Amino acid sequence: MFSLIRDTLLSQAVTLWRVFRKLFVKADTVQYPDEQPYMFPRWRGRIILSRDPDGEERCVACNLCAVACPVDCIALQKAETEDGRWYPEFFRINFSRCIMCGFCEEACPTNAIQLTPDFEMAEYVRQDMVWEKEDLLIDGTGKYHDYNFYRVAGKQVAGKDKGEALNEAEPVNVRSLLP
Amino acid sequence: MFEYAVGSALSIASILLVVIVIAAMLIWVERRLLGFWQERLGPNRLGWFGILQVVADMIKIFTKEDWVPPFADRLSFVIAPAIIMVVVLMSFAVIPFAPNIGVIDSNIGVLFVLAMASLGAYSVMLGGLSSNNKYALLGSLRAAAQMVSYEVFMGISLLGVVVLAGSFNLREIVESQADGWYIVPQCVGFLIFLIAGVAESHRLPFDIPEAEQEICAGYHTEYSGMKFGMFFVGEYLGLVLISSLITVLFFGGWLGPALLPPIVWFALKAGFFIAFFILMRAALPRPRYDQLMSYGWLFLLPLSLVNLLATGAVVLAAQ
Repeated sequence: MFSLIRDTLLSQAVTLWRVFRKLFVKADTVQYPDEQPYMFPRWRGRIILSRDPDGEERCVACNLCAVACPVDCIALQKAETEDGRWYPEFFRINFSRCIMCGFCEEACPTNAIQLTPDFEMAEYVRQDMVWEKEDLLIDGTGKYHDYNFYRVAGKQVAGKDKGEALNEAEPVNVRSLLP
Repeated sequence: MFEYAVGSALSIASILLVVIVIAAMLIWVERRLLGFWQERLGPNRLGWFGILQVVADMIKIFTKEDWVPPFADRLSFVIAPAIIMVVVLMSFAVIPFAPNIGVIDSNIGVLFVLAMASLGAYSVMLGGLSSNNKYALLGSLRAAAQMVSYEVFMGISLLGVVVLAGSFNLREIVESQADGWYIVPQCVGFLIFLIAGVAESHRLPFDIPEAEQEICAGYHTEYSGMKFGMFFVGEYLGLVLISSLITVLFFGGWLGPALLPPIVWFALKAGFFIAFFILMRAALPRPRYDQLMSYGWLFLLPLSLVNLLATGAVVLAAQ
């Protein structure tokens, strides 16, 4: 009998008291349009295409991001400049499909495609959610300030021959037997 | 006719208006308080602190399609929501709000309230039966069983107060508490009445007839538009009624220090209990149906009988 009263009444009363105390606890709500929430720097939001420190496009149109994309929202076409650099002729992200998974950023070998903390991308017309290269390209370097793909990669372009990249060894002389 | 006296037109009209407006406002009050107790803010954007949310809700509910399903029994489907409104509003007739505010000074006030509460069971039963829907039927089955069984000791728990006051007249019950509120000698009766009141108005810990997680919305599954709104406001009216009854029977009604007018004391006490009912909704989980029934019949009914016997013995011994 005593345990019945203890279990039914006392535990309920304790619960009531503990919930009542919440009246004096500050609410967790962030009133969004009036107050902006803190966005973490690594938040996976709107996708951008960054440039290298020289101001050139970082994207080399390798298509790895389009392959990695689980919802196939990235479309691009490779083109090549006269000095041998690859670049995307067009680069299109359909944000009505994008699920902000960040796989494209992980797949990118040149740190070109990056996700940013911006999430306010609602549109009234569905077609407006398809972003072209002009919309995606930013002027800065994004999260990686020093990286320049053509400086470190072995790829031969005008003004930089084989073996001239940063930390790159001389090409092997196949006509010599010396080590 | 146009002065505040018991039964005057002004008194009746203002009671009707204020009670309905308060019941509608409770929709907002409840959402706001629930929000605070869940570390949220609740609706706070429309008007001062969100108080116009009620108006928005009203506009929405009035402009919704008022649909009667083709498989429902039309007549009782339409009557059911009206019954609960009428019955609860009728109960307010005998509530003494202040010495000069009230509709009728009835010498069977307690019995009248209990009778009206019993009639309220017809509303949920008809609503559920006429919907011709399995969930609604389950809901009304549960509602009927719950209301009938909790009514029993709701009445018995009140009898202790009636014995002490020597009257069924709610006004005399309040006046007889001038020396001390009945919460002190009747604390057991108060607890039983509180629990039975929650079950009677099927508020959250005992909202088994309309348990959303189990049976959609129970007896008002098929209702929409203003018919649903009447069930909804009827529930809040029931909440105001139970709080007023607790105030009148156990907490001295309008009695209080003279620095505030009597009606303010009444409103403060009733408001406290309304807030307490909302706190119960925020805090307590719903019992199982059979737990509710066995708790009622095996624990609360004997307890209320013992309470009545003890009160009677003490009153007899004191004479």
